Amino acid sequence: MWRFIGFRMLQAIPVLLVVITVTFFLIRLAPGGPFDSEKAVIPEVQAALEAQYRLNLTLFQQYASYLGDLSHGNLGPSFKYPGRSVNELIAAGFPVTAELAFYALLVALVIGGIAGVVASLKPNSVQDYIPMSVAMIGICMPSLLLGPILILIFGIYLDWLPVSGWNDSPGDKILPAVTLGSAYAAYIARLSRAGMLEVMSQDYIRTARAKGLPEWQVISRHALRGGMIPVIAFLGPAFAGLLSGSFVVETIFQIPGLGRFYVQAAFNRDYTMILGSTIFLATLIVFFNLLSDIVAAWMNPRLRDKLRAP
Amino acid sequence: MTAPTISDLAQTEQGTSLWQDAWLRLRRNRLALIGLIILILFIFIAAATPWIAPYGYAQQNLELGASPPSAAHWLGTDIFGRDLLTQIMFGGRISLAVGFIATAVALLIGITWGAVAGYMGGRLDAAMMRLVDIIYALPFMIFIILLMVIFGRNMLLLFLAIGAVEWLTMARIMRSQVQSLRQQEFVEAAVSLGLPTVTIIRRHLIPNALGPIIVYTTLTVPSVMLLEAFLSFLGLGVQPPETSWGLLISYGAESMEEYPWLLFFPGLALTLTLFSLNFLGDGLRDALDVRSAKD
Repeated sequence: MWRFIGFRMLQAIPVLLVVITVTFFLIRLAPGGPFDSEKAVIPEVQAALEAQYRLNLTLFQQYASYLGDLSHGNLGPSFKYPGRSVNELIAAGFPVTAELAFYALLVALVIGGIAGVVASLKPNSVQDYIPMSVAMIGICMPSLLLGPILILIFGIYLDWLPVSGWNDSPGDKILPAVTLGSAYAAYIARLSRAGMLEVMSQDYIRTARAKGLPEWQVISRHALRGGMIPVIAFLGPAFAGLLSGSFVVETIFQIPGLGRFYVQAAFNRDYTMILGSTIFLATLIVFFNLLSDIVAAWMNPRLRDKLRAP
Repeated sequence: MTAPTISDLAQTEQGTSLWQDAWLRLRRNRLALIGLIILILFIFIAAATPWIAPYGYAQQNLELGASPPSAAHWLGTDIFGRDLLTQIMFGGRISLAVGFIATAVALLIGITWGAVAGYMGGRLDAAMMRLVDIIYALPFMIFIILLMVIFGRNMLLLFLAIGAVEWLTMARIMRSQVQSLRQQEFVEAAVSLGLPTVTIIRRHLIPNALGPIIVYTTLTVPSVMLLEAFLSFLGLGVQPPETSWGLLISYGAESMEEYPWLLFFPGLALTLTLFSLNFLGDGLRDALDVRSAKD
């Protein structure tokens, strides 16, 4: 097990190096500098600015010094908001995005998990078809459409819930979390249904039934652990999807999170901000993929052997 | 009635090829069939839009402004008095084109990559698949935004950028197919005939791996279209004067309180297409995948 974890962690290092390097040089390919403005700038000011952002160095020196800063966790100053560092912007936006992603995941796991398990208990019955049809709708209805529709119904027509903001009024987190989580709830419903169906036909479930356990205990104590493995394996990629999905949801609901900062930075051509948050998000995603692989391996010893370092 | 002879049986067996068999199974799946019909209809409409659109693409009627669905404008008009049906038809051209062209790019890269890696094996295979693993761990959406920022927001780049991140699963599927195929006798025969590697891959391996590729292609198109809609919604994808369903939805969302039809109809078009593709993909998977076939 430890060998497996160590091997997967070593694998993550080249991934991150590639992300950092590719992003760094791609950004340098972008047309126009951050200080190309209509107004003429005094040469000394220009020079000072370039020195501050290290633009006076050669490309390779810039890269080396960026890597050096990065090893201390320093992502440098923002191009667009002088005086603010990329670290500060991320620190301001990320907790909001993380909270949103957490609630969305909670919605997805609870609704999706229950729907999937319920459907799997009586396959090919009404109890199966209804949750699975709803799941299909969830998959096909993109958040950029679901969000506005939910706002229209619950925010405007019924006037039950606030339609924008974050921590401004009670209940303003419900619609964003449901919007972001619904597609994942649908996937989780399908995965947990398939996983449970496979597990329920196995010998150890028959054994559990044979020793006279009530059905709910068979499910909760024996079947769930095996049946949820596909869901756990899905959580890593799902987290990556939640982060990028939050770009749209934060835009719809005007939530001041990292996703919105990122999109704004893309419009403003705030290159250091884009670079810094790309690296930050990529690191997170790599970390969560790693985590979900490890948890999946921990839950299923057979998988552990299959994934063992070659 | 006499009992069937062996030659009779052989003839019936000959009667249905793998593809006919798959078609028969697909036809029995009503949802997949409906998906296929809707899809063909939408593609036909998209292709014929310049001739059959009820109004001109840029035709405005500022006096009319936003109006709900009526006899003259079946799906209503937007705030500039432009016919919404016309807008959706032209937007659909772009949305569908992005979906299919970007998927084609992904197919081309993925199939070639996977086939070469799977057939050559050894160190080349290990190196190629490790690269796939690395790219797999990257945040796609972020990278596409990055590319759009750096190279400007043009359509060709959108196709290439989406295609360039969607080929990975295709490569993995192709590789595992080729790995199992190349053990078989007909490939050995081709090798012993002295055929060049490129010919073996192109003529013998790829055609035999078509089933899973077709299924996965059908499921890639909707995810590509969704990506395009995401980007356009954020203002980072398709740019005016061009339009797409994602862009129309984002306009519709801005004024949905007063003019809900501007959100509803483009959303319906996108959702219907995604539904059709997903149902068709699921149906094809059942029809083509020999492992899950019941008969």
